[in-house]
Amino acid sequence: MKRIEAIKIISRHIKEKDMVFSTTGMISREFCDIKDRNGNFYLLGSMGLTSSVGLGAALCSRRKVFILEGDGSALMDMGTIATIGVQKPKNLTHIVLDNESYDSTGGQPTLSGKVKFEKIAIACEYKHAARVTTKEQLEKSLNSFLKKNGPNFILVKITGKSSKSVQRVKLTPAELSKRFALFGQRS
Amino acid sequence: MIKASKFWKILEEKGYNFFSGVPCSILETVYHELATKSYITYIPAVRENVALGIASGACLMGRKSGILMQNSGLGNIVNTLTSFNLIYKIPVLMFITWRGHMGKDAPEHIVMGKKTLKLLKNIGIPTVILDQDPDREISWAIDQAQKKNIPVGVIIKKGVIR
Repeated sequence: MKRIEAIKIISRHIKEKDMVFSTTGMISREFCDIKDRNGNFYLLGSMGLTSSVGLGAALCSRRKVFILEGDGSALMDMGTIATIGVQKPKNLTHIVLDNESYDSTGGQPTLSGKVKFEKIAIACEYKHAARVTTKEQLEKSLNSFLKKNGPNFILVKITGKSSKSVQRVKLTPAELSKRFALFGQRS
Repeated sequence: MIKASKFWKILEEKGYNFFSGVPCSILETVYHELATKSYITYIPAVRENVALGIASGACLMGRKSGILMQNSGLGNIVNTLTSFNLIYKIPVLMFITWRGHMGKDAPEHIVMGKKTLKLLKNIGIPTVILDQDPDREISWAIDQAQKKNIPVGVIIKKGVIR
């Protein structure tokens, strides 16, 4: 499954009031291209921080929160997985799109080929975790997990290079914050 | 000097009730007092940047939030400040203890002790040292954070909070 296909499937499971925090690099760019909406918060820099910010928001809201990051980002701040597992926000679904490389910087390999993230998530007390390699498995995990109390974790193995033609996010960081705060704070 | 109970009272009156952080011995009484405050949410973080991220997420949801940390962790939040809080305009209050103040401390604190204020100034973070008038100093920090929409550092020396 290509990253863009995974993002398309995930996008279809995002409901109107849900909040999504997505990581720096191609993931936010492709996600913005496929389904830009006021409830999307793109972290343009600060690699590794997406899960912390998503956790903070999830703890202050009853709405569903998605964290969408890459394997490089998840490896950079693995301690956040422990923090989420211990805090146990029921409304949180943490998705790692794993291509085993730093794709945005030229495809250098990460360590994730040998790291069993889904086992780490369960060991850190996430409620549910899955490792998926096909579109059907991803659909099935999302359908099942989003009906249950989280925190949920889905490791999505993806392949192929990104299309470099995808545009950068056009809003400025300050505009993204303003737009998201208005969305998130509206009941 | 200020009592830890007064420290939390000032923040409570200003509506700050969501905190994350990594402990420091200088804040021992602050943490001790925190344990008695059920109206404050405190999320223990594994590193200072994670604390800042969590407090920032809360801030986006409309909560007045802050972090507690030691200056030895400043290096861990530099990128978070420069590529996130400062440009996304997320005004988290940062309570940073000052180990190595005046060069009197364990060896690992001396270099950062000398550079703490300069480092924050260099990346554009306003700071205030908690000292004679904590009420006024904390109010100034909150005022600056809300006016400029950026994080502000409140620097805490050993012995200032009892």
